[in-house]
Amino acid sequence: MDKNRQKLLKQLSALDFMAVDLNLYLDTHPYDRDALLRYNSIVMQANALRSYYERMYGPLYSFRSTSDYPWRWINNPWPWEYEFNFKLAGEE
Amino acid sequence: MWIYEKKLEYPVKIKNPNPKMAKYIITQYGGPDGELAASLRYLSQRFSMVTPQARATLNDIGTEELAHLEIVGSMVRQLMDDVSIEEIKESDLGAYYADHDKAVYPISAAGNPFTAAYIQSKGDPVTDLYEDMAAEQKARSTYEWLINLADDPDVIEPLKFLRAREVVHFQRFGEALRIVQDKLAEKKFYVKKPE
Repeated sequence: MDKNRQKLLKQLSALDFMAVDLNLYLDTHPYDRDALLRYNSIVMQANALRSYYERMYGPLYSFRSTSDYPWRWINNPWPWEYEFNFKLAGEE
Repeated sequence: MWIYEKKLEYPVKIKNPNPKMAKYIITQYGGPDGELAASLRYLSQRFSMVTPQARATLNDIGTEELAHLEIVGSMVRQLMDDVSIEEIKESDLGAYYADHDKAVYPISAAGNPFTAAYIQSKGDPVTDLYEDMAAEQKARSTYEWLINLADDPDVIEPLKFLRAREVVHFQRFGEALRIVQDKLAEKKFYVKKPE
């Protein structure tokens, strides 16, 4: 279960990072049509993946995600914990 | 307002604790060129910033710095995880332990508590953006010195990510500064309505 969660999280983190970086670029280049198209496409891909991740592993956003019963937001692990994160440097 | 997302911007997965490294890296949590100072600086300056581009840049980089604060805090915590009292004494972390156990507290590598004196919010958009560019360079240098002090790839990879973000932020602030200076240099035209 956890391997699959971490794989999804890695894909989602990659998409979200592209969105963060393009967002900053667009702040100072609001008329770059190509960058904007790319940004919109990445955000849509990330949103689809995020919905899937949340259905499988619980809410990602405070007060923007719905939850199954019982309230799943409080579930461990939290992002600062070793178990939560996927490994990037080398493979396990 | 802010919405918390329950994940890190970049993963922190440190297998081998290293209290010495925790003592150094904590400076990017609460030190003079750290992420807390960065986010407070940008998020405070945005209220008096001019031009839509520069305002958005301060808002969004200030927000990303909060995500970096979380990454650095996670690194410090994992580096101190399961460390014995003997290791704490050997690694010079005893003074920190006396005040904070293994909790994460905003101080510099030298032990100075966080202070708002690290930042400025001057009300002059050009002055503020120059300060922001300098701040990004100072943080980039700090990450380079931290990378020099580290030997574990689990520690070096997130430090490299954070260093690279400082470079991007410096670039964006430079662009914002140019936009602001162009705007301030524009000739002002006043049109009088005919009677």
